[in-house]
Amino acid sequence: MQTSHLTRLASIQHFNLIKRSLTRPTGPVLRKLIASEASPTTNYVRSTCEFRFASTTTSSSNDGQNSHDEEQKKKNITNLMYLAGAVTGLGAIYTIFQNRKSSKEKQDAVSAYDAKQLKSQHADDKLDASKKTLVEKVGDLQDRKLLAEEEQPEELNKTDLTPVIPSFAQYLIIGGGTAALSAFKSIRAHDATAKVLVISSEKYYPYMRPPLSKDVWYTDDNLLNQHMFKQWNGQEKSLFFFDNEFYADVKTLNDEENGGVGVVLGRKVVNLDLKTSVAKLDNGWEISFEKCLIATGGQPKSLKVFQTASNRLKSKLTLYRGIDDFFALKKVVDSGADVTIIGGGFLGSELACSLAHRATENDKRGNPSGKITQLMPETGNISKVLPEYLSKWATGRVRDEGANVLTNVELIGASVVQDGKVSLSYIDPQNPKKTSYITCDHVVVAVGIEPNTDLAKSAGLEVDPDQGGFLVNAELQARHNVWVAGDAASFYDINLGRRRVEHYDHAIVSGKLAGENMTGAHKPYWHQSTFWSDLGPKVGFEAIGLTDSQLQTVAVYAKGKPTDEEQKRDSEGNREQQDVVPEATANDLKHKLPESKGNLDKDDYSKGVVFYLKENKVVGIVLWNVFNRIAIARKIIKDQQEITNFQELAKLFNIHQD
Amino acid sequence: MSFCTKEGNGKDKIMFLTKDDLSSPSTIRHKEDEAFDPWEPHGLILPNGSINWDCPCLGGMASGPCGLVFRRAYTCFHNSSSQMKGAECMSDFDALTKCFAKYPKLYGGKDKSNSPTDAATSALVDGINTPK
Repeated sequence: MQTSHLTRLASIQHFNLIKRSLTRPTGPVLRKLIASEASPTTNYVRSTCEFRFASTTTSSSNDGQNSHDEEQKKKNITNLMYLAGAVTGLGAIYTIFQNRKSSKEKQDAVSAYDAKQLKSQHADDKLDASKKTLVEKVGDLQDRKLLAEEEQPEELNKTDLTPVIPSFAQYLIIGGGTAALSAFKSIRAHDATAKVLVISSEKYYPYMRPPLSKDVWYTDDNLLNQHMFKQWNGQEKSLFFFDNEFYADVKTLNDEENGGVGVVLGRKVVNLDLKTSVAKLDNGWEISFEKCLIATGGQPKSLKVFQTASNRLKSKLTLYRGIDDFFALKKVVDSGADVTIIGGGFLGSELACSLAHRATENDKRGNPSGKITQLMPETGNISKVLPEYLSKWATGRVRDEGANVLTNVELIGASVVQDGKVSLSYIDPQNPKKTSYITCDHVVVAVGIEPNTDLAKSAGLEVDPDQGGFLVNAELQARHNVWVAGDAASFYDINLGRRRVEHYDHAIVSGKLAGENMTGAHKPYWHQSTFWSDLGPKVGFEAIGLTDSQLQTVAVYAKGKPTDEEQKRDSEGNREQQDVVPEATANDLKHKLPESKGNLDKDDYSKGVVFYLKENKVVGIVLWNVFNRIAIARKIIKDQQEITNFQELAKLFNIHQD
Repeated sequence: MSFCTKEGNGKDKIMFLTKDDLSSPSTIRHKEDEAFDPWEPHGLILPNGSINWDCPCLGGMASGPCGLVFRRAYTCFHNSSSQMKGAECMSDFDALTKCFAKYPKLYGGKDKSNSPTDAATSALVDGINTPK
C-alpha cells in the first residue's frame, strides 16, 4: 500500500535528480554537438587549433590577413566551447556519482522503513490472535506507539518556543532589593492587573537587610536554616518579604490575565537604551519596556590597603552586605576566630555589638570564641550622625558589649603572616612614631557603599557629582518613563533639599512613591522617611530628617532614673510609627541601662532628644533611647518653624514617660 | 536642678532637664494641617470614600496573586449597606477563600508573623469602625 507508493516516489525523485543534474551541462554540450555536426570542419578546427599555436611566431602577410583573422576568431570561439564542454562534462560526471551515492542512502532508508512497516503489519496480525498474553499485548502497543511517534513529525510546542525571559515588560524593575519590592507592591496596588518584571542580580528573592547585622546574630540555627530570624520581642519572621508563592512564573507573566510580579534572579542589566526603551541583560537578552524603575542600590566599598590584596588575604576578607555574607561570617565567628571590623558607621557598629555578643555567648556555652575588634579613623561610633560627645558615649556602650573599639585609627597596611593570620598595621595617635599592629583571623570591611550607576552611561542619565547616584526630580523621575528609587537615587526633597539616603525606610518610602508615580500619579517626595539603629540590646535610637553631625545641635536629656520602653516593628520590619506611647510591659525590657554603671551623673546620655538645626529651624531629630514618638518628630520637621526655646520643644516628646 | 552645657567648641548644646522641667504643656503650636493633603499617605479609606489599596495595613493583600479576588470581596463588603454587613458578599468571600487555599504559604492562617490575612481582617474591622 504505502510501500509501493513511496518507492514510486523515491524513484521519481531519483529520476528528477538525474534529470536536473544532466540538464545543466546538457544544454551547452548538446549545442556543441549540434554546432559540430552542422559544420564539417570539426576535425579541421582541431588540427587548425594546433596549427595556430605553432604558427604564431611566424608573421603572416597582410594579404591573407583578413581571412586569417576571421578564421582566428572562429578558432577562438570553438576553443572556448571545447573548454566549456569539457568542464560541464566533468561536472555532469561528478554529479551523477554524487546522486548515485545519495540515492543509495535513500534506498537504504526506504528499505529500512519498509522493514518497519512490515514489522507493524506483522504486529497487527499478531494482535488479532487472542491467545496473546497481556504483557505481550502491552509490549506490542508500546512498539506501535513508538512507531507512530516516529512517523509523525514532532509537533511544535508553544511552551517550548516561549523564551524563559519575556522580551517585553510593561513595568520593568532593575534591581531586586527593598526599593524594588516596595515599588512592585505599589504598582500592583494602583494597577490591579499590572505585569511587573524584576531583574535581580541576587541569588535570593527580595529580602530584608537590617536583620543581617542585628537580629540574625541572636537567632538559633534551626530558625536561620529556614532563613528566619527572631525579633527582640520574640516574634519569628522570615528574611524574605514574601514567600516564593507570591511571585508569578516569569515565562508566562505576559499571558497572565491578572498580571503579577515575575522575578528573574542572577541576571544583571548591562545596557539601557532610552531611545528604543530596551534593556539588555548580561547574557545578551533584550527586553523592551514601557516603564522602567532603576533600583540598583549599591556595592560595598573597599579600602586602598585591600585593593592589592593577595588571594590569600582576600579569602580572609568580607565586604558585608547580603545573606551569603552572613552565613559565611557566622561560620567564621563560631569557629572561634578573632574578627576585626573596619568602619565606625551603622553597619560596623551594629556588627561589632552583635558579633561581640555572640562571641560572649559562645564562650559561656564552652564553644570556641574569638576576640571582636572594631577600628575606625573617627573619634567615636556613628560620628557622621551623632554629635561628638554622644558618639564617644556610644563607643563606651559598644565596648560594654565586649568589643574592643580602637578609635582614631587610620589603616596603612594589611598582609597575611606566617601562621596564616592577618596583620593590620596602623598609626596609633598616642604612639605616632612607630607602626602599631593588630592580628586577627578575619577582617570585615564596613566602610560604606558606592551607588550602582553603571547604567548612567548607556542610558544617558545624569549622575550627582557630589552625592553620587542618578539625578532625579522631586517625583523621582529621571526621564518620562524612567524612575529611580532607593540608595541609588539622588532626589530633590522639597523641605530639605537635594539628598541621597541609604536607609531602609527610605527605600520603602521612595520605592512606594516611584511605583505609584509609574502608574500615573504625580506625587513628590513628601512623607519623611526614618532610620534607626541598635547598638546591642541596651542602646538604640530612631531618627528622621537631616541628621548631619556637622550641623549645629541642641539636645535635651532626661535627668533622673531612666525608664524602660518597648519598641514595636510593623510588617515591613520598621519601627511602628504611632503617636501614642504604649505601656511598657515588665517582660519586654529592651533598653534598660544597669544602675550599677553609675550613669546617674553629669554624663548620663541614656535618654534624650537631639535636634539638628539649619538657620534656627529643625531639619533633623534623633530620638535617643526614646521610642514610638517619631510622628511628633516628623511633624516638627514638616512645619519648619523657627525654634528658640528647646525646652518647650522637648516637652512634646515626654521623654521621662514610661 | 536642670543645667546646660556646651560641647564641641560651642556647636553642640546639651541640656539636662528633669521631669518637672518638662511637665507643663508645651507652648509650641504646630502648624495646621490641610484637611486632605494629596501628598500625605492615607489610611484604608480615602476621604472621597474609595479604598486605598496601597495601605500598609493591607499587608500587600491587594497586590498579590489573590489581589483582584480580594478587592472584589472587600469592595462588596465595604459597599454593603445591609444590617448584616457583607451578607450579600458570600460568593465573593467564597472565591477569596478558594484563592487563599491555592497559596497556603502566603495566606496561611496559622503563621501569625507574616500573615497578611490577619492584617487585612483587622484592617477590615478598622475600616468599618472609622467614621467616614
